[in-house]
Amino acid sequence: MMRITSVLPWLAAFALGASAAMAQAQIKVGEFASMSGGSASFGQSSHNGTALAIDEINAAGGLLGKKVDLITEDDRSMAGEPSTIVHKLISEDGVVAVLGEVASSKSLEAAPICQENHIPMISPASTNAKVTEVGNYIFRVCFIDPFQGKVMAKFALSRGWKNVAILKDVKQDYSMGLADAFEKAITANGGSIVKEQEYSTGDKDFRAQLTSIKASHPDAIFVPGYYAEVALIARQARQFGIKVPLLGGDGWVGESLLKVAGHALDGCYFSNHYSQDDPSPVIQDFVKKYQAKYGEKPDAMAALGYDSAKILADAITRAGTTAEPQLRNAIAATKDFKGVTGDITLDADRNATKAAVILTIANGGFKFVQRVAP
Amino acid sequence: MIEFLQQLINGLSLGAIYALIALGYTMVYGVLRFINFAHGDVYMLGAFAGLYISPFVAKFLGTVADWAKAHSHLPGATLLLGAVGGDTPWTGALLVLLFAMVACAIAGIVIEKLAYRPLRNSPRLTVLITAIGVSLFLENFGQYAFGVDPQSFPDLIGDHAITLPAWFGPLTNLTVMVSQVLVFAATILLLIALWYIVTKTKLGTAMRALSVNPTATSLMGVNNDVVISFTFGLGSALAGAAGILISIQQPSIDPLMGLQPGINAFVAAVLGGIGNIPGAAFGGILIGVIQTLVVGYSDTLHIPSGYRDAVAFFLLILILLFKPTGLFGRVEREKV
Repeated sequence: MMRITSVLPWLAAFALGASAAMAQAQIKVGEFASMSGGSASFGQSSHNGTALAIDEINAAGGLLGKKVDLITEDDRSMAGEPSTIVHKLISEDGVVAVLGEVASSKSLEAAPICQENHIPMISPASTNAKVTEVGNYIFRVCFIDPFQGKVMAKFALSRGWKNVAILKDVKQDYSMGLADAFEKAITANGGSIVKEQEYSTGDKDFRAQLTSIKASHPDAIFVPGYYAEVALIARQARQFGIKVPLLGGDGWVGESLLKVAGHALDGCYFSNHYSQDDPSPVIQDFVKKYQAKYGEKPDAMAALGYDSAKILADAITRAGTTAEPQLRNAIAATKDFKGVTGDITLDADRNATKAAVILTIANGGFKFVQRVAP
Repeated sequence: MIEFLQQLINGLSLGAIYALIALGYTMVYGVLRFINFAHGDVYMLGAFAGLYISPFVAKFLGTVADWAKAHSHLPGATLLLGAVGGDTPWTGALLVLLFAMVACAIAGIVIEKLAYRPLRNSPRLTVLITAIGVSLFLENFGQYAFGVDPQSFPDLIGDHAITLPAWFGPLTNLTVMVSQVLVFAATILLLIALWYIVTKTKLGTAMRALSVNPTATSLMGVNNDVVISFTFGLGSALAGAAGILISIQQPSIDPLMGLQPGINAFVAAVLGGIGNIPGAAFGGILIGVIQTLVVGYSDTLHIPSGYRDAVAFFLLILILLFKPTGLFGRVEREKV
């Protein structure tokens, strides 16, 4: 279903591209996302959010008098794919800007290509600090891992969990970066890391790592991975009688997390970009629109995808053109943009500064704990 | 010491999983001299077959149990109730396992017929590349048909940690899951069953003959197509069994789940001497134990635990340097 809907506009764009006369009547925006493969839950959510924003923009008359055409390509969650398809988006489709990806490893692959071609790239949810360091055409609408790591480290210390073990995913820049940030923040504030263990994306057996972690008697375990592995880690940890809470980041949010983990994650905590239960009218309005279109509640990735497209649209309107460097400068000047995931201001390093929320897991759902300002 | 024993148990259980998948690899190779790279994906199909059939099995068992309760005066009804009643999910697990094995056997035979049979007389490389194509097809078909998100696999056996009796002393602190024992036992049982089929049955004899000289066997009146279909069916049924047993232990299944264990199992099969059935099982256990110990003692060894696959594969290279046929792959005659 998802795949068909994402292919159709692409086919349409292809057919339209054949007639050169039509090409000028629209603004082409490229998007690359993991629509299939291991992190498809992220890719599909962020794509849904992005597509919803573009639909709204077109319903309101488009930008600069032109319709916006979103060209979505699937990188199948595979390393190597983003560079190929972003090349294609820029050189064949001639997009004015690129939106994507959620996973930092994928964004890091695409960023140098966008930078080289002077095409602005806005990542909805890549939190690894290195992503925007690639160059002045690379932006993001989410907070970064040094902030997220600090938030979770301070939270752990505030609960009295001083001795923490880390279990991180060596295949994900996101996981490594977040673990690093967490470690720095916790050791700087009087805590310590009692054990550090690693796994790889796609692993299903974590007993060796957990046995070794158990022997180090931690107060909590920081697992900055993605939902597919985190669910199994939690299950196996409980089987070993490890009762301490697991802590994590925004990578935990995925449809299958609680289905696979069952009650194993009860009483665990993670940081996220927004909470769909937040009563603020901006969020509830977004939740209602999203639900009407897709029949499910939007997760954080959907909200960030939505914000990334809206910020791009806002910048195009302010720039009055899609030419460079005017568009890039307009994006860089984004200030106090009222997004679904908070008030977004892009700082000098092209990162969004905004609050994080901490959620806990109870009764088979996520529960809002607190908001942490930057 | 306790920690070391626990790591050993972890390693054996991980290794049993590799061994279970490696058995299928090595058997197909033994007969056809060809690596079926789609084997890991058939394993995935087995897991999904189990996922989709288990609600029906549960319903069927419920119906049988109700019938047995209603007809408790009949001889044998109590026995039947005992077999299908609520507290013994083993019957259900067994039915799901058999269904998945049959489904995978059919899938394997169909794959062989459609993809490999037309290439029977082509260079081996062509078949190998076709196998990779079949693997990619199954992965992408799986993503389309089953969805890309991991799904939770039902707990068919009521998995829990085994409470060791008190006379184990300090060893009672060890954690052993029912599912881990199950996988280990199943690997051994399947190993024996395979050995029996290959060495004691007529079809097994034909399989071995075919692996030596296919032209000669067809001249002797053996229908090569039937034997090859049977080999694929058997290998795929093994993959199906592995898919169910492992999903019971690690209840998260997705269309790409065959990739990573597939590679490790392939390495295990090569390590043990590809084509050799006990070799595959031994290779699997060895890889599992090595990987686990590398992780467990990463601090002492000064090897980050993320390098566990690298260590296992390095060992493979070392062994192949000195014994190019693998640990057990000595004499051609011994291959199935």
